Amino acid sequence: MDFDFAAELPKLVQLLIGVAAFLVVVAVILLLVDRAPMRRRAWIHATILLLPALLFLAIGLVVPAVRTTLLSFLSGDGKEWVGLDNYAWMFTQPEAVTVLRNTLVWVLLVPILVTSVGLVYAVLVDRTRFESLAKSLVFLPMAISFVGAGIIWRFVYAYRSEEQDQIGLLNQITVAFGGEPQQWLQEAPLNTLFLIVVMVWIQAGFATVVLSAAIKGIPAEIVEAARLDGASPLQMFFQVTLPSIRSAVIVVLVTQSIGTLKLFDIVRTMTGGQFDTSVIANEMYNQAFRYGETGKGAALAVFLFVLVTPIVIYQIRQRREAVR
Amino acid sequence: MATLTQTVVRPEATTAPQRVRRRLSGRVASAVAIVIAVLWTTPTFGLLLSSLRPEDQIKSSGWWTFFSSPQLTLENYQEVLFGTSSSSGQMMSFLINSIVITIPSVLFPLALATFAAYALAWLPFRGREWIYIGIFALQIVPLQMALVPLLSFFSEGVSVFGLQLMPAWDLEGPARFVQVWFAHTCFALPLGVFLLHNFMSELPGELMEAARVDGASHGKVLRTIVLPLVGPALATFAIFQFLWVWNDLLVALIFAGGTPESAPMTVRLAQMAGTKGNEWQRLTSGAFVSLVIPLLVFLSMQRYFVRGLLAGSVKG
Repeated sequence: MDFDFAAELPKLVQLLIGVAAFLVVVAVILLLVDRAPMRRRAWIHATILLLPALLFLAIGLVVPAVRTTLLSFLSGDGKEWVGLDNYAWMFTQPEAVTVLRNTLVWVLLVPILVTSVGLVYAVLVDRTRFESLAKSLVFLPMAISFVGAGIIWRFVYAYRSEEQDQIGLLNQITVAFGGEPQQWLQEAPLNTLFLIVVMVWIQAGFATVVLSAAIKGIPAEIVEAARLDGASPLQMFFQVTLPSIRSAVIVVLVTQSIGTLKLFDIVRTMTGGQFDTSVIANEMYNQAFRYGETGKGAALAVFLFVLVTPIVIYQIRQRREAVR
Repeated sequence: MATLTQTVVRPEATTAPQRVRRRLSGRVASAVAIVIAVLWTTPTFGLLLSSLRPEDQIKSSGWWTFFSSPQLTLENYQEVLFGTSSSSGQMMSFLINSIVITIPSVLFPLALATFAAYALAWLPFRGREWIYIGIFALQIVPLQMALVPLLSFFSEGVSVFGLQLMPAWDLEGPARFVQVWFAHTCFALPLGVFLLHNFMSELPGELMEAARVDGASHGKVLRTIVLPLVGPALATFAIFQFLWVWNDLLVALIFAGGTPESAPMTVRLAQMAGTKGNEWQRLTSGAFVSLVIPLLVFLSMQRYFVRGLLAGSVKG
């Protein structure tokens, strides 16, 4: 029980080295920019300021993305060209197909649920006395790691056999209503839905905050005019509120789709991808880093890239139109 | 103006049944809002309460029974934080790792993105539009795509056709933090450059022109004019990056490994959830330890965070 602080010292030394390196980098860049010839030489300054970021991007993203694409056409040990075999595996093997199906369910459900809950909540608490507290409560899970959230919800779903007292809230409620306790996370296909609940719980606050701001941006005259016409709350919502905040709704839907596609942590903490709950990102990790099947892992990563690309391009278009 | 019409018009506009309906729907609406708020708060509250209950009670009864037989202890925290056996949490070591990982992983991208964004926003050079679009587009690349090659970059160095251009890094022990910093810096840059560029390009150009005419260097303009003005944007990105790095599991799993020497708390928690899934006294208190710091940062900086979030999403 006695924790040894001295044993932790090397880490703190490392931290000091890191911070010192940071200061040196910043100082060198600023010094170079200050010393560089001033007149009509914008590109020299630009190079000094841009080069570090571009180097990191090249080493960390551009080159790896190209190499991963190449890897996806190689066998597991990276020595033989196998053409499209890895992709064929992805779309034909039953376990891989389950992964794709799960990912599809996630990407269809999460953005819609997150946006709906966030929208309903934002409308309901709009202009009430407790608005800012109410929004904070729902926003709070945003600060929690997916791993932490996974543990919080494992506890909610915890299972004890029927004779014992339940310690998980969901089973306690089930028992209280006369049901039998369930192993929520082990029975496919429902367990995927129970994992999705966790994601929705984390992200709904983001939707609430963004949509709430958009609602506040609706011109007061429009709201007033609709009210004078005797619009009911539901009519208000569908004919005034919703059309006015269309672009914010799309932003939330798009960011949620991208985040959901890359999701990894929740599945890993809560089921480890067992019981038919795995998704692309989790399977990619398993293949590449646990089974040594870098080819298959790379193919999954490339597929992820293909799925994300159109969404991001759509987002860029939206942004351009909004700017215009 | 709007409030004026409201007060003038309301007496005739709302008939009695309308008023009743509005009050009714108001009540239903508040009820739904309260239900959502309770649903969203209960799981975390249950975790906090559980983490403070004695071990035998956590394992045998639900946290809600606390209200009939209250009993609290700090023993779980004591054990999970300071226990040194490998079965205890050893969270203190992992907590320190999380801090060591996070600070440089926030500082580096913050500085590099600021420099890059300034160059892209205020330096007239050929091709800057293309570089900006290129960096923006890199947001498309999923992290997963970069992991395997980046790892081999560290472990094998760079060689082209058998010619070793850069040696392997072969980092061990605390030096592995460098890999994690490096990876987080790379992955944060596209979003960082994008966010800061948005803010910087909206600054009034005359300010900088004037300073330049007076003979100020770009470094001086950046330090004395731009930095103070983009403070809120920097804060937003810093919080964003802090939460992302602190809460990250995937990058840490791959670049920091799983030992108390270099892995952050998220990795440890994931391990505990996997192997000791029923040791609830450690899981709950461990999870809570990992939540506290981001929660505090988040609550105290929430204003900036929300403002930055909105600048990035709603406006565009």
